[in-house]
Amino acid sequence: MRKVKFHQAINMALEYSLKRDKSMILYGLGVSDPKEIFETTINLQKKFGSQRVFDTPNSENALTGMGIGYGMMGGRVVMTHQRLDFSLLSLDQLINNAAKLFYTSDGKFSVPITIRLIVGRGWGQGPNHSQALQSLFAHIPGLKVVSPSNPNNAYHLLISSIFDNNPTIFIEHRWLHNQEGRIDKIYKPKKIKSFEKISTGRDLTIVCNSLMTIESIKANKILKKNKIKCDIINLLSINPLNLNVVIKSVKKTGKLIVCDIDHGHISISSEIISSVASYRKNIFKKKPIKISMPNYPTPTGPSLTKNFYPNFINIIKSSEKILNRNIKIPKNKLEEIKLHDIPFKNYTGPF
Amino acid sequence: MNKNQILEILKNLLRIRMTELKISVEYSKQKMRCPVHLSIGQEAIAAPLKVLLTKKDIVVSGHRAHAHYIGKGCNLEKFIFELYLKEKGFSRGKAGSMHLFDKKNGFYGSSPIVANSIPLGVGMGYYNKINKIDNVVLIFFGDGATEEGVFYESLNFAAIHNLRVLFICENNFYSVYSNLKFRQPHNRKISEISKSLGIYSIKENGNDIRITTKTLSKALNFIKKNSKPILIEYSTFRFVEHCGPNKDDHLKYRNQSELNYWMKNDPIKIMYKFINNKDKSLLHKFKRNFNNELNSIFLKAEKLKYPKESVAYTNLYNEKS
Repeated sequence: MRKVKFHQAINMALEYSLKRDKSMILYGLGVSDPKEIFETTINLQKKFGSQRVFDTPNSENALTGMGIGYGMMGGRVVMTHQRLDFSLLSLDQLINNAAKLFYTSDGKFSVPITIRLIVGRGWGQGPNHSQALQSLFAHIPGLKVVSPSNPNNAYHLLISSIFDNNPTIFIEHRWLHNQEGRIDKIYKPKKIKSFEKISTGRDLTIVCNSLMTIESIKANKILKKNKIKCDIINLLSINPLNLNVVIKSVKKTGKLIVCDIDHGHISISSEIISSVASYRKNIFKKKPIKISMPNYPTPTGPSLTKNFYPNFINIIKSSEKILNRNIKIPKNKLEEIKLHDIPFKNYTGPF
Repeated sequence: MNKNQILEILKNLLRIRMTELKISVEYSKQKMRCPVHLSIGQEAIAAPLKVLLTKKDIVVSGHRAHAHYIGKGCNLEKFIFELYLKEKGFSRGKAGSMHLFDKKNGFYGSSPIVANSIPLGVGMGYYNKINKIDNVVLIFFGDGATEEGVFYESLNFAAIHNLRVLFICENNFYSVYSNLKFRQPHNRKISEISKSLGIYSIKENGNDIRITTKTLSKALNFIKKNSKPILIEYSTFRFVEHCGPNKDDHLKYRNQSELNYWMKNDPIKIMYKFINNKDKSLLHKFKRNFNNELNSIFLKAEKLKYPKESVAYTNLYNEKS
């Protein structure tokens, strides 16, 4: 297939799903506005009508409940929030209803809804436009939490989430929207995939997801030049969390770095490290390292965020520490992070 | 409405009261180990449902939901067994009194979180609308729920999309012990909130079965004819404590004149005032039979097996595709 951008892949997945299931609805503030959710919902209202694809009032909680009720009737639902932070108004519906109804009804009512949450970063996003909070959602039994890292896995993971019969939180990093790549053709929706192996090596295990997978791939190029070979595991699903592949890898390497797009305290990265640590025998040769945002709200200004959001340099520095050796970083790569608060060179904001 | 249907509604009124009283009597035995919010005093609003609705019409409700479940004609045995948290309850003991379901009979859930089933009902109405299904969705909630943001949000969405939804507010003037006057502006009816959003809204007496039957029936006809939502605010009163089987008026959060007024207006008392002797004897016979039925269901419930512990670890996710 031709090369597409990440936001086009999201659009293609939505179009495929709306075509495949006539019961599916897609809504959220801005779905049919001139910007069309960063172009991810472009032309969908034209193609599928305003009853199935629609703009909404600013009522995050009721509209989440509305989607749950629609799902209980047997319809499929995709709801979109332009920032994850806005969805926090809907936590009652997500936690008390979506996550529980299949269980409390003992299997009689399913909630086949997908909630797209877009995470911001840099360029003044500040404390209420940059939260990833993946660990908060993953904490709730009954919710599924997934995140893609490139156009191909975004396309397939979104379709899998939509056709999954459970409430699924789809965490979509805004800085991935401009990524480019080829996507594999789909024949029919498959079950949600729990991980992807990005590279294989004996020296070090790196576990990551979403934007931190892109940072891990950048770091891997530098590590390779320094003759360091890594197992990189991209977690597509963090709830349910399947750690067999991580344990198998750490058995081989003995060294683990976990990269979190979110705050690191009480987090999925802590959970991964504690799960590997409580494996029946000690498989760590070195103390594991966690890379994440600090335990502070995100500041807004560029001078304050210089070291706030983790990037590939943090991965290189952590690799030096865990491997106990120096790693050469090419000068042009160091130049790259001088523009730490934008996703690409010509980015001019605002969201 | 024919004579039989009217009689069926009156029987249903007694059915709800007798079931709730039986629960309150048995509750102290510590065999129903879950909180119950009894509907005693508020039955007249739910009693007509069985006759006025089809199985395909949907009901959702809040924490005080027993009357709506029984009123709609849902499975009584599975309900009582669930209160006893036994294997044969409708959710095998995972749910209890605060999460009622009977999919077959159109009861799509109740929730103990104030106002949180309101948007679910709206979503069911939206599904019916775009799939061109004629059925109506009834959403029951109390006066407390109308103080939640999600109530306004749900009304707004139902009004924008002209959904076939009947919002029913049972205003019993108290949220646990807190009187309405501390919670809402003086002289502003709840029905005025929805009216201001362009939703046809009425306020009625919720304790006279003749009035509730008539207004519910009219509202359903209006919805079917106009494909628009309606809100009815019924004033009513609960006779026992917010949660549990006992009277709690020794706490003095409700004044004596208020209590006297509502006790005089007990829905059962009102009903007995207007029926003739023939109906009285028919209802008397019904009471005797239903009392036997209740006794046997409760006896059976006590003897039933609890689910195995492993049941707790089933149905977290639906993995069927």
